[in-house]
Amino acid sequence: MAAKVVSPGLSTTVQDLGRPGYYHLGIPMGGAMDRLALKAANLLVGNDEGAAGLEAVFVGPELQFTADAVVAVTGADMPVMIDGVEQPGWTALAVTAGQVLSFDYLRSGARIYIAIAGGIDVPLALGSRSTYPIGALGGFNGRAIAADDELPIGVAPRSAKIGLSIPEALRRGPGSPAELRVVPGLYWDRLTEASHQSFFSDQWKVAPEADRMGYRFRGGASMQFVDREPPFGAGSDPSNIVDACYPYGSVQVPGGLEPIVLHRDAVSGGGYFMLGTVISADMDLIGQLQPNTPSRFVKIDMTAALEARKERAAIIDRIRAVASQ
Amino acid sequence: MSLRYSFGGDEHLFVECSDAMSLDAFFMSLEMTKVIKEAGIKGITEICPANASFQIKFDPDVIKPDDILKEIRAIEHVAEVMEPVLKTRIIEIPVFYEDPWTHATMMRFRERHQDPTSTDLEYAARVNGLASAEAFIQAHSSAPWFVSMVGFVAGLPFLYQMVDRPRQLQVPKYLRPRTDTPRLTVGHGGCFSCVYSVRGAGGYQMFGITPMPIYDPEQKVSYLKDFMVFFRPGDIVKWKPIGREEHDNAVADVDAGRFVPRMVDVSFDLNAYHADIDGTNAKLEGVLHGR
Repeated sequence: MAAKVVSPGLSTTVQDLGRPGYYHLGIPMGGAMDRLALKAANLLVGNDEGAAGLEAVFVGPELQFTADAVVAVTGADMPVMIDGVEQPGWTALAVTAGQVLSFDYLRSGARIYIAIAGGIDVPLALGSRSTYPIGALGGFNGRAIAADDELPIGVAPRSAKIGLSIPEALRRGPGSPAELRVVPGLYWDRLTEASHQSFFSDQWKVAPEADRMGYRFRGGASMQFVDREPPFGAGSDPSNIVDACYPYGSVQVPGGLEPIVLHRDAVSGGGYFMLGTVISADMDLIGQLQPNTPSRFVKIDMTAALEARKERAAIIDRIRAVASQ
Repeated sequence: MSLRYSFGGDEHLFVECSDAMSLDAFFMSLEMTKVIKEAGIKGITEICPANASFQIKFDPDVIKPDDILKEIRAIEHVAEVMEPVLKTRIIEIPVFYEDPWTHATMMRFRERHQDPTSTDLEYAARVNGLASAEAFIQAHSSAPWFVSMVGFVAGLPFLYQMVDRPRQLQVPKYLRPRTDTPRLTVGHGGCFSCVYSVRGAGGYQMFGITPMPIYDPEQKVSYLKDFMVFFRPGDIVKWKPIGREEHDNAVADVDAGRFVPRMVDVSFDLNAYHADIDGTNAKLEGVLHGR
């Protein structure tokens, strides 16, 4: 059984929950930008929640199935069509052999997740099927899918209930403005008190340079740095540090100008200071931000970050409960 | 050494050994990450040594942030009293300096450079007070370098020159990063050299190219069959200047599966190095060449 790519969309990649364990060699975790959405899609079609699906950004692909299949589409609001007839999102859908799955224009959010019962059965690379295009690793031949590719589909571990749907209340997307919670730290002390204030009080907008590696923001005030004698090896710009590791979600501001939040395909390190880190609970939301979305950074501490993490886990538990009905 | 600890959100602990680069800071990072790895602390998912710092990724559902901080702080004392002796390997990396491919790329991005009328090598020579590109190549390739970090993108090594600080080559990065760099370019930015493991964006000055692949996701290259990434933090590298013919022969050997990197196991003692840098480097070079 396979899904034939009629048209690939803008940039559609095979993603699962990623390949932790190789970041020290510069190979990022990767995996779905919106992990909750991928898990939900998988659970709806009877897959294990970490099975490989497709992540499509802004424009959906067009897929033709060689055999009967069960699919579910979650994440962004982008109308799902089977042979041109609109179908509900976040719902287990039956597709018969020869039918075409396609999408209408994006309404809100940025990325959809397409799970197919059995999962996309490309070979594992370092323990994961996620695509890391810079390293030509994983996914379908190490790259985004292209027209005429035939995506192999595996065998689902359990049967799906057609029509099963995740309630609206559990499909949390970013608000407006999007609020991203940040724990200050790392090289936070490089900034002046005025910049400590403005970073959190300014309104930002997602810049066009926003992809799986990182999201850039603009519109807020430039950062001001505390004076220093540059440490040996750091470089002369006040935003430079001796090249160090970058946490996922860390916020770097090259030249003090535009903050960049690193995401799943992050560069693992470099020479720019970071002022803090977006908490794990809000990483999925970033994956659903379109360019120009008004955004704010909200300062929180570790206790609140762990509380938010628990709340996020509780939503996934409720999705699991719905799927196992 | 006074270490600085900071959390990166709820899943990372960042530890800075020093804000300035030095071999001592690098050794501290390497030793601590080694001990942390051996300690097998539950909940740790990634251990990433860097030049003068390191980072731990952990699962806060398994280990509380405060507890991981306690565990790592305790290891700081273990690392402090360790002998700074490293069992590692020294590798000869052939470099075709002033090659045509990085030269072509350099010319495409001249307007992003500090000095559009010079080549990267000429500029690097001048800012280091050296008379010519040849003199710079001599300085770049005469002493060995430590791989002090692997990262940025897949398998890319950062290298730190093993000389005393006054002799250390330092070159600013491009004013604005290039959108393209040939695969296997030998570059330099700040006090670090690097080898671009894959083609892509980059801001380091470009000096030459090595015929020796260092990342192969398909694992077809003979010496990358066991693992797709060649370098590890702690490797010692000696650049070997080569010309066009030797470069092309090496490429053919790589393609035919015949290329064998010159590579020897060595033990490196940081205290002995500090006592006699040139003597230690001469011994390393002797080991590399079986003398």
